[in-house]
Amino acid sequence: MNTILKSAVLVASMSCVLISGAASAQDSSIPRTPDGRPDFNGIWQALGTAHLDLETHVARPGPIVAMGALAAFPGGMGVVEGGEIPYKPEALQTKLDNQEHWLERDPLVKCYLPGVPRATYIPYPFQIFQAPDVTLISYQFAGADRIVYMDKPDFESQVDSWMGHNIGRWEGDTLVITVSGQMPDTWFDQSGNWHSYQMVVEERYTLMGANHIQYEATITDPEVFTQPWTISMPLYRRIEPNAMMLEFKCVEFVEELLYGQFRKPSVE
Amino acid sequence: MSSRLTTLAILIGVSAPLAPAIYAADNHYIAPRNEWGQPDLRGVWNFSSNTPLERPAKYAGQEFLTADDVESIRAEAIAEIERSDGNTTQGGVGGYNQFWIEGLPLEENTRTSLLIEPSSGRMPARVAGAPVAYGGLGPDIQGELPVRFTVGGIGKDHPEQRGLSERCLMGFNSVPPFMPSMYNNNVQLFQNKDHVVIFNEMIHEARIVPMDGRSHLPDDITQWTGDSRGYWDGDTLVVETTHFTDKTQSFRGTGISANMHLVERFTRVADDRVNYVFTVNDPAAFAAPFTVEVPMHQMDEELYEYACHEGNYGMVNILRGQRIEDGTYVDASAN
Repeated sequence: MNTILKSAVLVASMSCVLISGAASAQDSSIPRTPDGRPDFNGIWQALGTAHLDLETHVARPGPIVAMGALAAFPGGMGVVEGGEIPYKPEALQTKLDNQEHWLERDPLVKCYLPGVPRATYIPYPFQIFQAPDVTLISYQFAGADRIVYMDKPDFESQVDSWMGHNIGRWEGDTLVITVSGQMPDTWFDQSGNWHSYQMVVEERYTLMGANHIQYEATITDPEVFTQPWTISMPLYRRIEPNAMMLEFKCVEFVEELLYGQFRKPSVE
Repeated sequence: MSSRLTTLAILIGVSAPLAPAIYAADNHYIAPRNEWGQPDLRGVWNFSSNTPLERPAKYAGQEFLTADDVESIRAEAIAEIERSDGNTTQGGVGGYNQFWIEGLPLEENTRTSLLIEPSSGRMPARVAGAPVAYGGLGPDIQGELPVRFTVGGIGKDHPEQRGLSERCLMGFNSVPPFMPSMYNNNVQLFQNKDHVVIFNEMIHEARIVPMDGRSHLPDDITQWTGDSRGYWDGDTLVVETTHFTDKTQSFRGTGISANMHLVERFTRVADDRVNYVFTVNDPAAFAAPFTVEVPMHQMDEELYEYACHEGNYGMVNILRGQRIEDGTYVDASAN
């Protein structure tokens, strides 16, 4: 190979490196806000069966005879890296007990705020309203909301809440949200997977193009798990031109469930 | 202090109480722009008020308080607090003593009424036949289902006899439109390229307002908080809301929300102030449209999560207590 060609190859391969390096740092195929950040504005939703069970699961019958196949759980591949949630032995017993008494214990049955990360992958849309300082994530289910502070890295949780204390930051093009101060009353799915008040969730949102987000959440809770564990899944943009999140104030649909036993008996 | 500075301080001290009225009349303020080039309304705003909705009779024909009016109202309020030792009008701490009550110094809003239209500062007449039902913290009232008011109830036979805020369905100050009330008068405004979100702290009510010109929902689709669409009128955000359910009121005890057409206008008139002006038009309930102006002040604080339903032990205890009194209580856990 002559020197000129050698140089050309060297230059070409160097520019490849430069281009691919630039692509990962500043991917031009994703939408961006005027301040140059990846633009997550829009309505998003997960697909799959993570809301039923984070781990790989076979199909099983549902709890409501009248609903037949519609209430049954289809089988599905898990979203937990490594396959299994690393429970401490006694915590696993609680999970199994929860699973057995799922319907009476699952907070979502009662229209309670779902917490994080469950809010992300229940089969309801959520909408992101992004701003440089404070971003809002609004969920259809129970009208849950998270105010994510992008400009207050040292702002600590003042009081526990159902949707947590949300502190955001950028790692390159990835939106990272650290969620602390969550009530211990929320679950991960419909299979009794649970956590304590010590849980800290680190979420990572990365745009994979205009209409997909790669979502990751790492859960750390030394009271319940032997080590941190991570779930990941794609989120899909609701691309219908008329997509909107309509109201789902589910409180009125659970009043009979929660308060029916206190109804005045009808007079015969 | 130089004599010039002293004079300035006196001038500020004297004129500051009445200055905010100038916001509306002679305002050259230009709102900062957000990254999308829109007037930036984002932030946490507090809409507490000590100004009555309707103009008291003694201020008939008088749109704004004078400095003397402000002083005498303040003196009366202080005397009242001293007389009651900060307790409720019923005596004792009651449900809510002074600790709970948010207000706004009168000099921040010198209007004699929040109502600015009709110019009398009084509500237009109620249309004959329009339903009226006020709740309240007192005993239950006589009434029919559905209960459209927020606080109180018409009985304790079942949850549907309670007010909407006791059921955690609607906030008592955040039913669109939102109105100053005893506490939690906080709203956070969010904006992106083509949406605004009006997020009331009460009941964590995030009303999403498309700004992209899309049409309203089909006519037969109704929602508790209606269906809002927004646009910019100069630097003013205008939000039009219709498609309410028939399960809430139009305004303050009167009417059925399904008949209501609501127009809200948000104008940033100073760095720390957004004027919230809304017009309710419900020909089935009110003889004329009316307009209310509520100044909102910027808060350098964050909203808290108002998880109402999750902690609604009140509903259980109201109903269970009544069943025990009735002698109809069945302890389900004993079965």
